[in-house]
Amino acid sequence: MSTVFIALQANEDTRPIIEAIVADNPHAVVNQQPAMVKIDAEDSLVVRRETIEELLGREFDLQELQINLISLSGHLDETDDEMKLYWNA
Amino acid sequence: MDMKTSSGKKLGLKEKYRHMTRGLDWETTYQKREDVFPYVAYEGIKIHDWDKWEDPFRLTMDSYWKYQAEKERKLYAIIDAYAQNNGHLNVTDARYLNAIKLFLTGISPLEYMAHRGFTHAGRAFPGSGPRVACLMQALDELRHAQTQIHSLSNYNKYYNGFHDPAHMLQRVWYLSVPRSFFDDAVTAGPFEFMVAIGFSFEYVLTNLLFVPFVSGAAYNGDMGTMTFGFSAQSDEARHMTLGLEIIKFILEQDPDNVPIVQRWIDKWTWRGYRVLTLVGMMMDYMLPKRIMSWKEAWEVYFEQNGGALFKDLSRYGIRPPKWLDQISFDKDHISHQAWATFYQYGAIADFHTWSPTEDELDWLSSKYPDSFDKYYRPRLDYWREQAEQGNRFYNKTLPQLCQTCQIPMVFTEPGDPTKICYREVDYQGEKFHFCSDGCKEIFENEPEKFKQSWLPANQIYQGNCFPDGTDPTVEGFDPVSKVLEYYNIQAGRDNLDFDGSEDQKNFAKWRGMATSNE
Amino acid sequence: MAVAAIKEYRFESADRLENFHGNQLLFVGWEDHLMFCAPFAFLLPPDFPFQALIEDVLPGAYGYHPDFAEIDWAKVEWLRSGQPFQPQLDKSLADNGLGHKAVIRFRTPGLTGIGGTCS
Ligand SMILES: [Fe+2]
Ligand SMILES: [Fe+2]
Repeated sequence: MSTVFIALQANEDTRPIIEAIVADNPHAVVNQQPAMVKIDAEDSLVVRRETIEELLGREFDLQELQINLISLSGHLDETDDEMKLYWNA
Repeated sequence: MDMKTSSGKKLGLKEKYRHMTRGLDWETTYQKREDVFPYVAYEGIKIHDWDKWEDPFRLTMDSYWKYQAEKERKLYAIIDAYAQNNGHLNVTDARYLNAIKLFLTGISPLEYMAHRGFTHAGRAFPGSGPRVACLMQALDELRHAQTQIHSLSNYNKYYNGFHDPAHMLQRVWYLSVPRSFFDDAVTAGPFEFMVAIGFSFEYVLTNLLFVPFVSGAAYNGDMGTMTFGFSAQSDEARHMTLGLEIIKFILEQDPDNVPIVQRWIDKWTWRGYRVLTLVGMMMDYMLPKRIMSWKEAWEVYFEQNGGALFKDLSRYGIRPPKWLDQISFDKDHISHQAWATFYQYGAIADFHTWSPTEDELDWLSSKYPDSFDKYYRPRLDYWREQAEQGNRFYNKTLPQLCQTCQIPMVFTEPGDPTKICYREVDYQGEKFHFCSDGCKEIFENEPEKFKQSWLPANQIYQGNCFPDGTDPTVEGFDPVSKVLEYYNIQAGRDNLDFDGSEDQKNFAKWRGMATSNE
Repeated sequence: MAVAAIKEYRFESADRLENFHGNQLLFVGWEDHLMFCAPFAFLLPPDFPFQALIEDVLPGAYGYHPDFAEIDWAKVEWLRSGQPFQPQLDKSLADNGLGHKAVIRFRTPGLTGIGGTCS
């Protein structure tokens, strides 16, 4: 088992994004650190546009994540609907 | 800009990426292809299909400008507010600023070198996918250099040591360590550069640089650094992804690429690790309010994260980088060895050092139960006693340096922290010295390159580090003061102990003015 | 593999002897005394007497350490490039086989640094 993670700035933009990640990834562990949030998950983690839009009440382009992203690990695949982080081994 | 198809439907991310990163190049007609792309073959890397390269974020230039512009607006709003609010007086303690001086002189100029490197690599690659990715990263790196210098210029109005980072990078002894690291990368071929900086540095090691600086800045009340740090780091996540992608791309293209890439991973992980010694020292000694120890950061970001990465890459026949046993043993030692170095050579540095306070020493004892009390605390206690008696230790004799990493030979034998590690090689009738098996092997693979190392101590002895027109034969010649002049370090102001420094006095005075009506 | 390059790649070593104007580099380390963070580099002529190294050069570099005054030089053990070595004190560096960029170390039996921690 390998861990992937995503780290985001802790601010008003990312609050609903973090909430959505937690909702879509029950296995994820959220670590609050100074001014940032690091979310670890075994093997894979998915960020879904729809979940974020529901929480935000507006359209959301996943590429908006770029603005508040701090770091991540794992292979990445991004489409219009989701951004996925995963390891193959 | 949203791209519409003829039916009026918005293009999906994948289609848009394909349209904007493919078919942008052309076949050569009146010049030979090898002449147009002269750097793509000589490293021995074989690429059969450049279109197999894909940016997993699928970022295109139009979106790139849009999001980068937004990042800049955010950044400058905060930088302005920080300056208008005299934010510099909110840092925990003026000792903290010395970590930032080290950042400005040792890291920011490298951002600019990264800009140049990615520009060059992008030009060298015949595939338009990686060219677009290199273009974005080149622009990011330029932005990082500019925003860092811009943000930190606010400190230059009030504190010493912030005045001349670009000049110092070319001259000051310890800055030859990060400088030579990057010079080595940009003078390599484009594929090695991508593995060196894109993969080994950005992917494997950059978190270790970022976590202490940005979280550390946040912890220590430095909103300026926190902000440019976050702004840069939002690009860094993309760089890391590209770094991993380039490795996979090269490895998948041809099995002959595997051993070449493996040697680069070994080399650049070791080189990067050596440079990060400076960060270890900063985390353990220079942040008045500590975030985590160097050892803890190493375990989370290198051992755990790197472990997952190399497990994943093993399916290509890639093994973890060499010398990991030593690296693992040394995590208990290198930050202490580095601080001892800067403490004693504090007369020729562009920042201040000091004796840690009692509770800082206790913190180090608790974070390093196997090494600190046994090897390092007695030394620091002794120095503090001596300093209190007016006998502060300033080492005035130049040290022996490692030919490869250019760090003074401070590192110890694998498994024995009481013995300096000496390694040497005879090459073309000359002796060359190294701090470790890693640095020795890197030299042995490329002796023609590394025999040219510009080692600051040796250059001083050759007479190359005095201001123009200096005559070292005159009566009473003082080499140290001439070297400081050459470095543009103001003796008695930028250097020496924090205790008694102008920074210390000014900060105390201004903070007093800000919090009272005196 | 000496170098990968697109054309002939030939440069001189940056620290070749002739760049030091008649002097040479000598590196010296004191075992078990890591308060001095690294071995020292000294610039000396090849005919410099070994005795003068001990009497005139090392005190300036190592004198800060309380152990230094305690050294019994007759008992000191020397290494040259990591191998045991018996210097002839009245002979020059060159006559002691110490060329440009030679590295020597000395161990001072019984003296092991601040509080015996090899500092
Ligand atoms: Fe950067
Ligand atoms: Fe080294």
